[in-house]
Formats: sequence, C-alpha cells, structure tokens
Amino acid sequence: MKPRPFDYVRPDTADEAVALLAEHGDEARVLAGGQSLMAMMNLRLADPGMLIDISRIEGLEGIRDLGEKIEVGAAVTQNKLLAWPDLSKKLPLLAAALPFVGHFQTRNKGTVCGSVAHADPSSEISLSLATLQGEVVLRSKQRGERVLAAKDFQLDMLTTAREADELIVAVRFPVHAGRGVAFREVARRQGDFAMVAVAAFIEDKGHLRLGIGGMAGTPVVQRMAIGGMTDAIETIASGLEGYEDLHASAELRRDILRNLAPLVIAEAQKCAA
Amino acid sequence: MRRVNKDQKVRISLTLNGRKMSAETEPRMLLSDFLRHSLGATGTHVGCEHGVCGCCTVQIDGTAVRSCLTLAMQAEDRAVTTVESLAGPGGTLNKLQQAFRNHHALQCGFCTPGILMSFTDFLARNPKPTEEELRDVLGGHICRCTGYAGIMAALKEAAGLTNTNEPTGAKS
Amino acid sequence: MSKRLGTSVARKEDPALLSGHGRYADDLPVPAGTLHAHVIRSPHPHADIVSIDAAEALAKDGVWAVITGDDVRKISDPFLVALKAPIHQWSLAVERVRFVGEPVALVVAENRYLAEDAAELVQIEYTPLEAIIDPVAACKPSAPILHAEANTNEVSVRKFQYGDTKSAFEKADKVVKLTVDFHRLSFTPMECFVAVASYNPANDSYDCMANFQGPFSTHPVMARALRVPGPKMRLRIPPDSGGSFGIKLSVFPYVVLAALASKITGRPVKWVEDRAEHLLAASSGPNRVTEIEAAVTKDGKILGLRMDQLEDYGAFLRAPMPGPLYRMHGAVTGGYDVANIDVINRVVLTNKMPASLIRGFGGPQLYLALERLVQRIAIELGLDHLDVIRRNLVPPEKFPYHAAAGSLYDSGDYPRAVETAIGGGRLDHLKKRRDEARKAGRKYGIGFAVVVEPAMSNMGYLSTLLTPEARDKAGPKNGATSMVTVNLDPLGAVSVTADVTVQGQGHETVLAQIVAEQLGLTPHDIDVTLEMDTAKDQWSIAAGTYSCRFTPGTAVAAHMAAGQIAAKLKGIAAKQLNVLPDDVELVGGKIRSRSNPDNAVSFSRIAGTSHWSPVMLPDGMAPVISETGVWNPPELAPPSGDDRINTSFTYGFVFDMCGIEIDPVTYQVKVDRYVSMHDAGKILNPMIADGQICGAFAQGIAAALYEEFVTNEEGAFLTGTFADYLVPTVSEIPPVELLHMESPSPFTPLGAKGLAEGNCMSVPACIANAIADALGVKDVQLPATPRRIHALMAQHGGVR
Ligand code: FES
Ligand code: FES
Repeated sequence: MKPRPFDYVRPDTADEAVALLAEHGDEARVLAGGQSLMAMMNLRLADPGMLIDISRIEGLEGIRDLGEKIEVGAAVTQNKLLAWPDLSKKLPLLAAALPFVGHFQTRNKGTVCGSVAHADPSSEISLSLATLQGEVVLRSKQRGERVLAAKDFQLDMLTTAREADELIVAVRFPVHAGRGVAFREVARRQGDFAMVAVAAFIEDKGHLRLGIGGMAGTPVVQRMAIGGMTDAIETIASGLEGYEDLHASAELRRDILRNLAPLVIAEAQKCAA
Repeated sequence: MRRVNKDQKVRISLTLNGRKMSAETEPRMLLSDFLRHSLGATGTHVGCEHGVCGCCTVQIDGTAVRSCLTLAMQAEDRAVTTVESLAGPGGTLNKLQQAFRNHHALQCGFCTPGILMSFTDFLARNPKPTEEELRDVLGGHICRCTGYAGIMAALKEAAGLTNTNEPTGAKS
Repeated sequence: MSKRLGTSVARKEDPALLSGHGRYADDLPVPAGTLHAHVIRSPHPHADIVSIDAAEALAKDGVWAVITGDDVRKISDPFLVALKAPIHQWSLAVERVRFVGEPVALVVAENRYLAEDAAELVQIEYTPLEAIIDPVAACKPSAPILHAEANTNEVSVRKFQYGDTKSAFEKADKVVKLTVDFHRLSFTPMECFVAVASYNPANDSYDCMANFQGPFSTHPVMARALRVPGPKMRLRIPPDSGGSFGIKLSVFPYVVLAALASKITGRPVKWVEDRAEHLLAASSGPNRVTEIEAAVTKDGKILGLRMDQLEDYGAFLRAPMPGPLYRMHGAVTGGYDVANIDVINRVVLTNKMPASLIRGFGGPQLYLALERLVQRIAIELGLDHLDVIRRNLVPPEKFPYHAAAGSLYDSGDYPRAVETAIGGGRLDHLKKRRDEARKAGRKYGIGFAVVVEPAMSNMGYLSTLLTPEARDKAGPKNGATSMVTVNLDPLGAVSVTADVTVQGQGHETVLAQIVAEQLGLTPHDIDVTLEMDTAKDQWSIAAGTYSCRFTPGTAVAAHMAAGQIAAKLKGIAAKQLNVLPDDVELVGGKIRSRSNPDNAVSFSRIAGTSHWSPVMLPDGMAPVISETGVWNPPELAPPSGDDRINTSFTYGFVFDMCGIEIDPVTYQVKVDRYVSMHDAGKILNPMIADGQICGAFAQGIAAALYEEFVTNEEGAFLTGTFADYLVPTVSEIPPVELLHMESPSPFTPLGAKGLAEGNCMSVPACIANAIADALGVKDVQLPATPRRIHALMAQHGGVR
C-alpha cells in the first residue's frame, strides 16, 4: 500500500497554485489535508501525476468574518474551524455538525474546503453548506474568481463543477446567529461515514429547511412548512433513491430518515425557542 | 515554491523530538515510513496505511495527525514529535504513560504509541475534558487487545477525572 | 499459594512498550542487502492461470525477480495437511487460483515502493472458472470442484455416536430443531504479518524471522515444504508482537515464500503484509452451518442431541485445519449433562480465503448453535430459559466429569456460578428494564449463555478426524508438552526463557511472578526473555501461544523449573549453612535456615556457586546453571477406540447474561447491561486476567454485532479495508461487569485454567439469544447489523 510516483509541488502563494493548475490541471490534484486523497493514493485508487500542496499558503489559512457570511480559507482545518471562538454564535449548524466529521485526529489535518471538494455524499460539511445555501469560491489563472452556490457546486457523488484549472480558495457559510438548527447522523461506528445525516434549519415560524446526506449523490435540501413536515418527510423518504451498500439497504436508509428527521427538527425548534 | 519531481531524491530536514535531523526522501514517501525506516524512530507503528486505525499518530508542530496520510515532504522543516519523546530522563514514565501502566491499558502495545500521541495533544489543549470527550478522541484509534476498558480508565486518571491514588489495575 | 501469585503485579512489559522501545518484527534490523517483496494476488475467486509475463517488470531498475508458482513448485513441496486428501497448496498458486487474494507471484525489488510499481507491470492472463461460495451448495454434486483430484468439495465426513441417541429421541416428549449459521470474521491484529528470510547455500539452510505465534507443529510443515530437516529451517520470533489472536499462525506460508525468494535471488528477502492484504487473504475464522436438534422431556431435560456441523475452510486446508471442528469435540455437550449425542462433522472447501486459527477456535460456532437451541427449547416448551439451563447443567458432585464425547472436566460448580451471576439483584434489574421498555413499546430482550471454556489443546485431538482404524495404523497422538528454562548467571541473577510467543498477554510478568515465588525473590529480580529461536530455545510441537495453553501449561513448567532450581539451591546452601536441606528456605533474597533465620546467606551467592566453585556443591550434585521444567499432563490421552477424546486439559466455566434493546431510530442493537461470570480456577494475576477477559469480550461484541468478511455470490470480496470491515472503537464496546469464582483445577499444581477465549465463545450466543427474546424470532443471523435487524423486523411486520 504505497502510492504511485508523483511530482510534489508546494507553492507559496495562491497565484503560484493556480498557475500550476493552469498548466497541469488534468493530472494534478490539490493536497490540503489529504485525509481522503492520501488514503486513496495509498490504496492506488487515485493516481495524480502531480500533487500541489497548498497547506502552507498563508493567504488560505484564514477564517474571515464578512458580516453576512463567514469565509473559510482552503487551508483551514476542520478542528481550526471547530475551535473558532465565534463558531457556536455565528455558525451554530457547523458547531453541531463538525464533531461528526471523522475523528479528532483527522480533523486536525482535514480541511473544511477539502471535504467540500471531495464531495462525498455523506459529507457533513457539504450537507451543512448546502442546507445553509452557502457558496464555494473558485479561482483560476485564466478566468479569475467565480462564486458558485453550494447546490450548483456538487453535481453528484464525488463530482463537482470545479474545472480542472480551478482552485477552491474558500467556502462561505451564511451567518445564522440565533436560528434554530440541529444536526444528527447515524453511522455504523462513531466517526464513520453517515448512512443517513440530517440537518434542520428553522427559517421562520412556519418554515424550515431540511438537509439530508447519505441518501443520494448530493446533499438533498428541501424547504417545507412546519405544519406539513410529516408528509414532506414521507415524500422525501419514499422519493429518494437511497442507495444500497454493504452497511445499509435503501429501505433501512429510508426508515432511518423517517425516524431521525422529526427528532432533528424538534431539536432545531427547541433551539430556536 | 518547493518542487520535487517524481524520480528525484532530495534531502529534507525536520526536528524530531527536539533534535534536528535530515535524510533523503522522494515525493511519495509516507511520513510513517520516513520516521521508521529513514530516521530509525520505530516507536511509531503502522496498522492500516489508510487512516483508520490511528497506530501511526504523531504530532506535527504539536498537533496529532496520521503519519500514514502525511508525506514526508509535508513535514519538511517542521517539528515532529513521537512516542520516543514522552518518557523523562532515565526512562521515567510521564503521567499519561504511568496511568496506562496502572490500569493495564495496553497488552501488545502496538496501538499504544498512537493513542499516547493523540492524547498528549488533546490533553494539552483540553486539560479538563469530560469522559465523553475522552471517548470521542479515543474513537480515532483501534485497539484489538484491550477492549478499551483499561485505556478509558487510564485516560480518566491522566485527565484528573479519577483519584490518582486508586489504580484499578496494577499493584507493584 | 503465596503473595506473589494471585496479585496484580504491574507488567514488566509496559515501560518499553509505552516509550516506543518495543521490538516488533518490522522494527528489527535486517541483513545488509535485504530485498523487499510484494505479493501479486488473484483478482478471481476461481480461474486457471494461462500465462504470466514479467518481462516489463523485470526491465525496471531495482527489480530483482518476479517469482511464480512454477518457480516455487520446482524447489519446494506442498504444505502438509492433517487430512489425507489430494489438496496441494504451495506458497504461490500453481496453475489455478482458488480465492480472491491468493498469492500468484512475488515481486522482489530494492524497496517496497518499487516492488509495488513493478507488480503493476506484470501481465497475468486468467481463464475464469465458475466459483462456489456457499458451503451447502458446494456439497452438491453439481458444484464446481475446487481440487479436481479430491473429486468432491466435501473432503471429510465423520460420524460419531456417544450413548444411545436413537432411544433418547424415541423417548422424547418433543424434538426441538434449529439451523444456525456462523459467519466469517477475523480478529485482525493491529500489526500485520512480517517475514524475513536468508538462504545459506553453503549448507542449504534457511534463517528466518517472522511474527509467527505457533503452534510449532507448523515448523515441520515449513521445513518439509522447503525440503530441509527441521534444524536447517531456523525460525526466530521477535520479542514483541502486535497482537495475534490465532491469526499469526497463518504467516507460515509467507515464511516459506520469503525463504524461497531468498534462495532464488541470493539475497535476504523481507515481506511486510499491508492491511489490504491482511483483510483480503491472511486468515478467516471458518464459517459453519449447524443443524442441531434436541430430544427433550416436557420439563426441559435434554435426553439427547444430534448435530450436523458443516464447516467451510475456504480454498485450502492448512495445518492444523480442520482444528475448529475438532478442538471442541470432547466438550461438544458444553455445560450440560447430556449422555447421548450423535455428531456429524463435515469439512467443505469453497472459493474463499482459507480459514485458520482464531481466538475461540470452534467455540463460538459450537455455542451459538447449542445455546440458541437451549433458548428454543424453552420457547417451544413454554418454559423459562434459565430453568431449562438449570435443569441440564452438569451437577457439581459429578466433577471431575466425563463428558459424553470424552472431555474430562476438571472442576467447577456450574449451578453456583449461574445463581451468583443472576443474584445481587442483577437479573431482577434486567427484567425490570425489559418490562419498562416493552411497556413503552420498545424492543428489549434478555439473553443467557453457558460456556465451558477449554484450555491447552491435546495435540491428539485432530487425529479424531481419522477413523479408529486409521489412527491405529498411524500410531497414537496425544499430549501437549510445555517447557520453561530457568538460568542462573555467575552473579546469581535469574533469567527465564519459555516455549511461548509474545502477543501481549503479559507472560513475562506472570513467569517472573511464578519463578520469583519459588526462589524467594521479587518479579523485578527475574529477567524473562521470550523472543524465540528454534535453533537455541526449548520447544516441543505444542509450543507457541494459542488455545490458552500458557496458564495450564507453560506456567506449570515454569513452576517446575523454578522448583527444581530451588531444591538444588537448598542442597547447596544446606552444606554451607551446615543444616539439613529440609531446614532451608528461600525468602526475601536470602537462603536461610528455617529454624534459625539468622543462619543465612544471600541468594546470589548460592546461585553463583556452580559457576565459580563447583567444589562447594554437595557430593554428587552436578553444577546447577539451568533447569528446564517439562510438563506433560497425563490426562491428555489419545482418542479412544470409541472416539472419545479429552480435547483439552483444563475446562473453565463462563456464564453470561445480558439485556439488549433495539434502538428505535437506528435499528442498532444496544447492549443495556452485560454480566459475565468466570470460573477459571486460581487466578495468577487478576489485572492481567481481567484484561484478557475484557479483550475477548470486545471481540465477542465485534463478532456479534460488527465484524464480517463478506464475499458476494460471484466471489468478490467486499470488506477489504477498515472502512468496510468494521472493527469496533471504544464507543461501540459496552461496559461489562465481571464476576469471578475459583474452583481450582485438581490436575495442575497451580490450580489455574485458561480464561482468554471464553467471551469470544459466549458473547455471540448471549447477544443472539437476547435478540431472539427481543424480537420473538427463531433465526438470528450474526453479525446482527442494523441492516439485518431492520430486515428481520420488516419480515415480522414491525419495522416502525
Ligand atoms: S496506519 Fe495510519 S491510521 Fe492506520
Ligand atoms: S494493546 Fe494491542 S492493539 Fe492495543
């Protein structure tokens, strides 16, 4: 279990990084925390010709408060965001979701943006970003910066709208201080990928947003009236494909969702009150 | 910008347990292999090489990470700390190590160095953790021998959650 | 019994292991010029190898060789197997592959990275064949045959009859039947396999190093494969090993492979297994389908049993297989007094990874069937499960107890163990929890399991596989010889070597306790070195660490060796102290007159006498430099003419009781409370004993709820990483309440029995019984994952 050979480049600036991507985009992979990528490379399931290590680029290390949004740079680790003093005030959903991401040891190195970039269907961060209707900031040498809404970014399982020459420089989470939110997931073991993950976000007295991970290629986010949530959950549960794998049948996933969603919503309502 | 091509061998330096060291590497060499086979620090173990078991946990600049998911190149010019650094002069066990011995928290000892390095980081950042938090961090490690009971007892002692004078296990 | 034994002496092993100074196989230096190997493995469950083209790989810089089955066949023989059947296995596949992961070629290069690169350049062409995965289907005449010469996949069938089972069934008020399927899993030690070998052409010998665990009965298997006499296959085993649980027996084919690679390349060769290889191909516990039925009276008394056990060993039988089917044989009636039993043991081969040693070794399979049956008897007769258990337990006055199939249970008081465990309000509490949960509409169940835990296998048990006539021809096989050597150095320091391999059980500490005890020293004074070298250390074919043989075996040999030393030192001291030997005692680092304690001399002085001044020895006494204790208990007799076999030496007792609840949101089985009662005779070090039990308990939970090797119908292996093969972490292991009682074994001077496997046997059965109680179902397939529980509930109409 050793990786295949590759060129290693460690740019000092984001400009250098996007220049490298412009030149080698198709065969290069960006190495930030490497918690998914390195495991796949050790198993020889990923095979980049070049690794662009962005972990030391100073400009990407910041968590910036933009007022309406919080911008998290590409080199910010999950634990760094978890330890950010304003987190539970300004991004309570992230405060609830991040402890479910892997383990303490992998959060020490794994990055927030890396998780979004990897686009695993059960990623807690991608689900939070989608539920909050956040955005992804991409940059290329040729075309400069563009900003994509979370729903336009993740297209399918492990597939995103990022072009080969683009670097994810940051993600932005809308500030949602004081909102009712809750997050829970069901996994086989603590820290495993979720079979089903559920995020709830109370929009106003009458409405909520329900985010569901692990049931489709991308996070599924649905706005619903609080009064009609039982039917809405049932519609989602029976409508989603809810794929099969070793650990869960589609039926099991659907039933877990049916059981879990009302609990998470209740929790969010309680936290809103 | 640091660049090393795939077929190129380069010498890198880092600080290992307070001592500056250097050795040759290539881009794809894992930090776990580099520590064990190039620098001779075999206290760090390898149990899965895909980031699940935690045996290979070391600290880079004080932060506990999986060395099997880290390239040696990524540790260049950084301070790496491994289990070999923990005991005091003459091999005196530190508080955490001693707690492991008191509570029979290890059998084969293969998982132990990684667990010690995780908690050396965690307890430094969280000196007053709850039992739940300890369990959560231990969740990043697999131990096949102990069933974890002794490890939890040791961690609780090291974190000051139980009376140090009442080891559950050993009397010498 | 003294102070040293029976106390929780802190482990001597710990300081080094806690400081990064362990010496595991991959930490040890290798000879200069050592090459590194990588195994190319079959992607097919069943296929003919058409061609292997290594030209491109060999052209790569740093690549020394690509070795194939054809090379191996020329210079080695197939591994010996216990069964006389034409099943030929070499260290690489020859002509055909029979499981996904089977070694097909070995790439030898300057380092592992290069070897893996080169492996990708080797072109192997296969013709896929139909694979057979299911053990029952594999027995059908239409099934594809794995080993053509054997002409069948069902390579061994033996029928045993004890007592008069036929009339028992005729007399019965009712017959209760069940089919139980035990799955495949492994206890995956955290350290994978390591093998290093150097060939010396000057004398045609091999010097090997591997984290092998024994049994050393496998040593002749390796030497024979290499076509050398035993002493020319030197095997060293490192001082530390990262766990084993039976699994590290299965490094042996790779030791032979590394040895052959060294012969071919002329260089030392090292191979370190990685986790993907380990999960895919190292070793699995055998899966077993048991059809079991009981003839019972109305009040639940079991008059007779019938069992048909079909055990699936995967693609090959490897020595000492089919051990799991026979290791429990003498004790096949478990904790119950049942005189009439018929057993059919069937061995089948399928296109899966070969099965081999694993902690519990046949126990989990047996007890899942037997204990599920006892629960079913209660249900079908409308009785209380515990009452059925009580009605059938071996009564205390029958000890030592001759079990129907030949085991001689040394000691115990099973009813007392059960009553103690359920007492103290424990069972009442569980019932209260169950009532509350059920009232609230939740699924809660209580389970029990009764286990007789054998320890120290009789080397003759496997010959029960042969018919009595065949056994007569081959000559008797029996016993289990344990050996420990105690050495005195010129300054009187004491050191010990023993016939065990280290895996974390604290043998160093316990041996020091035992020897210190006899010599009037402290464990701190005793140096124990447990790395092994077959060329220089004491060992018999029974050597190694497996089947809990340490406590009933090696520990006794240590006690004997130290006793021999002590007796002789008393003689030497008597002469110097001018007293009779009977008046001499060894206490506190001194050797002194019992009647006049002031008349004393230091231990070290007397202990060094034989080195410096043999003239001071009593007349006729040979110098006392080292003594080897050799222990072979007479109870371990060969199988009798009527197939009765005392399969093990000591028999402990475990009674488990638990309450579980099905999580209404996740369908996860949650253990609410777990109580485990143990009687393992005298306990030598309570801390280490409890550590072993907790470890076995966690593995029992793993087997019951999490771990399974999954192969689909086409033969693809689906659990190849630790992300799919779910080893529990701390959050998945519930607490266990341990209770102890001590019925010392009358057959060993220490009175101590094995105890480290019992919970691997009891927990799956106990949890399965609790699930059956919670859901009111008959068939409970383990591991009871949320997926299975959900399906079970759906089938019985109550998912939500
Ligand atoms: S070896 Fe790195 S996590 Fe297992
Ligand atoms: S002590 Fe052996 S794996 Fe933890």
